[in-house]
Amino acid sequence: MLNSRRLILAHFWLAFGVFGLALLLGAWQMFVRSPLQAWISNPEWYYRSLTAHGTVMGYVFPTLVAMGFGYAISEAALKQALIGRRWAWAGFWLIAVGAVTAMVPVSMGLASVLYTFYPPLIGNPFYYIGVVLVVVGSWIWVALMSINLHVWKRDHPGEPVPLAMFANVAGSYLWAWTAVGAALELLFQIIPVALGLRSTIDAGLARVFFSWTLHAIVYFWLIPTYIAYYTIFPRAIGGKLYSDPMGRLAFILFLVVSMPIGIHHAFADPQVGAGFKFIHSAFTALVALPTLLTIFTICATAEVAARMRGGRGPFGWIKALPWSNPIMLATALSFVMLGFGGAGGLINMSYQLNTTIHNTQWITGHFHLIFGGAIVIMYFAITYDLWPHLTGRALTSVRLMRAQLWLWFIGMIVTTFPWHWVGILGMPRRMAFFDYSSPALAADAMSVTMSAFGGFILVASSILFFAVLIQNRRAPQAEPGEYRFATAIHPPITLPAVLNGHALWIALMVGLTVTNYGFPIMQLLVTPETSVPAVYVGAEK
Amino acid sequence: MSAESVFSLRNRWFITAVGITAGLFLLTAVVGLIVLPYAQRDVTFTSIWDAICSAAGVPQVRSSAAPVQPDFKVSTVVVTASMLGQPSQESIGRGATLAQQCAICHGPVGVSRADSPNLAGQYASAIYKQLKDFTSGARVNAIMTPFAVSLSEQDMVDLSAYYAYLPRLPAYHPEQGKPAPRIVVNGAPMRNIAACGSCHGALDNKAGSPWLEGQSAAYIRTQLQAFASGARRNDISQQMRNIARQMTPEEIDEVAQYYASQPPQSRRASSE
Repeated sequence: MLNSRRLILAHFWLAFGVFGLALLLGAWQMFVRSPLQAWISNPEWYYRSLTAHGTVMGYVFPTLVAMGFGYAISEAALKQALIGRRWAWAGFWLIAVGAVTAMVPVSMGLASVLYTFYPPLIGNPFYYIGVVLVVVGSWIWVALMSINLHVWKRDHPGEPVPLAMFANVAGSYLWAWTAVGAALELLFQIIPVALGLRSTIDAGLARVFFSWTLHAIVYFWLIPTYIAYYTIFPRAIGGKLYSDPMGRLAFILFLVVSMPIGIHHAFADPQVGAGFKFIHSAFTALVALPTLLTIFTICATAEVAARMRGGRGPFGWIKALPWSNPIMLATALSFVMLGFGGAGGLINMSYQLNTTIHNTQWITGHFHLIFGGAIVIMYFAITYDLWPHLTGRALTSVRLMRAQLWLWFIGMIVTTFPWHWVGILGMPRRMAFFDYSSPALAADAMSVTMSAFGGFILVASSILFFAVLIQNRRAPQAEPGEYRFATAIHPPITLPAVLNGHALWIALMVGLTVTNYGFPIMQLLVTPETSVPAVYVGAEK
Repeated sequence: MSAESVFSLRNRWFITAVGITAGLFLLTAVVGLIVLPYAQRDVTFTSIWDAICSAAGVPQVRSSAAPVQPDFKVSTVVVTASMLGQPSQESIGRGATLAQQCAICHGPVGVSRADSPNLAGQYASAIYKQLKDFTSGARVNAIMTPFAVSLSEQDMVDLSAYYAYLPRLPAYHPEQGKPAPRIVVNGAPMRNIAACGSCHGALDNKAGSPWLEGQSAAYIRTQLQAFASGARRNDISQQMRNIARQMTPEEIDEVAQYYASQPPQSRRASSE
């Protein structure tokens, strides 16, 4: 039951529209940084492009996908028309207007501060105001998801909340709370300075606030992917989910422990005590748990389905899986990238190993592999799965879809593996220019060139993706039937209250935020003379 | 399955979840704030509380000895991007009168024929900082110092406003049409030299840095040599000294010739 098709389609089209543009910028950045291109002679162009790429890919694109998919889940899983559709449109337009408001100063070169803001760099206030509008638009979605679930629960007392909706609402609460860090930084620190009301800023405190947002935002990007693993993949391969409560547990763990761990992004920052860095490091290790649970559950799901299809032997069953199915393929490729990316993540979270790769290209490689790879490939899968139900037309070219997914996978591996490697060699990130003629950097030239070609492959894959969607517009009308999510082998009949609601887990999330962030923030707030003069960028003197 | 029963001591889920979370926090806190600080061999703590404060990041004074004072005057001028940005007409007028005494070296309209810096259209903050440093003794010059020490704070503001107000005159040197040296555009990353143009114009300007186009090659060369030798040290945090020390004599010559041959952009610094 998808009533709000136009709303959901608008979210997906805007998401992938801006994604396509930002992808081109990303490929251009790979190119000009590589030995393939003589230096462009102006780092400003590079950072301008980088700011636009990061802002769109980090804030606008995944938020729109999570929102659009969230509305679809709310209607399809709860079998209830979306409550507050006008508000949903308001949220959509806030994001659209916010994205434009932010991108105008960026494209004029007035806010080349990168999407992570990096105070004391200060750009044009409209950039930050645009980002705030995007976040406010997404908070409308958070409220709507909560209200829709609340109404459903009122009408269905005692019934288990469908897993897709349970996870979707967990993701929305996670986002609501994790966005608070950057919101505090923007509203109380950066925007007053950008408007000229103050001329100094506590950059250390701002970095702590941003770390509050920066790590858990990754899990907000990740939640739609995990929802697809649990509730689309089993149905798409003709099987059933191995365990419904295990899924709930994974999403609950994400809600509780993905938030109070962000200081592992600030291991090299002197303003945070080593003790708190250790605490955050230890809690970061815990966030591997929900992913390990998920890999177990989804692999078990696949094995059960394969054996039902006649698969035999300890590994022989893998052959029995429906590999020609794009969702099967996307999930498998996503798992491979998640495996490599997760292994790299364990190195990032380790207080000691982190020193080897901190602020090197390894980090850029890491988050592109996890987000651009494992997560975004499932965004494609979600789109392919949902699209016929949104447009009322079949997706006809399965071969094209498979080619697109393979190209995305190959492109992402070719991009990120050399990227990791040059990071180990010590190549710093956020640099516009590398002098490959220097003996110290000459060894990196080949890897960086390979990486740039990976970027071109990704652009080719995105062209195929749009070709699939455009082909769909020309396909004949077809009734796709009801959109449904996977059912579990043992569907829950009753559930303990804690696995059917979010209150306890929200309380633990907030509690851990207080214990893990409270002291570092308070201490920076009360320490005098921690502010530094703002550095205004972009304004040509 | 009502929501009320979740937050209850009778709910096993509640007890377990809160217990595990609190236990994990306590465990990590004990390891991070007590065990690991003591595991460092080269640090001694007076008490457990001292170790906890240290690991929690409370700023601590580890030494009671007074910091070593430099044996020379350090620049204390704080330059911000917006300072002296909106001068009054009176200030510019007073500056014009005061500038009579500067004209013999810096030229009647701020363009020098004596290898002194051209001041016409220079940033007010850059001129002001140098005057303050001459006054305080952070920068020493046999000719400039006697002039500067007699200036009041208002005199320095007015002079800076006046020279910033003057139009940038085209340099005497015709443009040579040669490409910019690599060190101006790219710097030399392997030697920690940032691109000259990233502070002194062309690519970007940073507060307090002068623009250099059309300045005398002899002046630029002398100043870079002075920074390199440590004879001049009024640059904040050794920004210029660290760069000049890493530059080769050929590079110093190259940038001096390059900037001297560049025509300045025909704008006034104060009108931007």
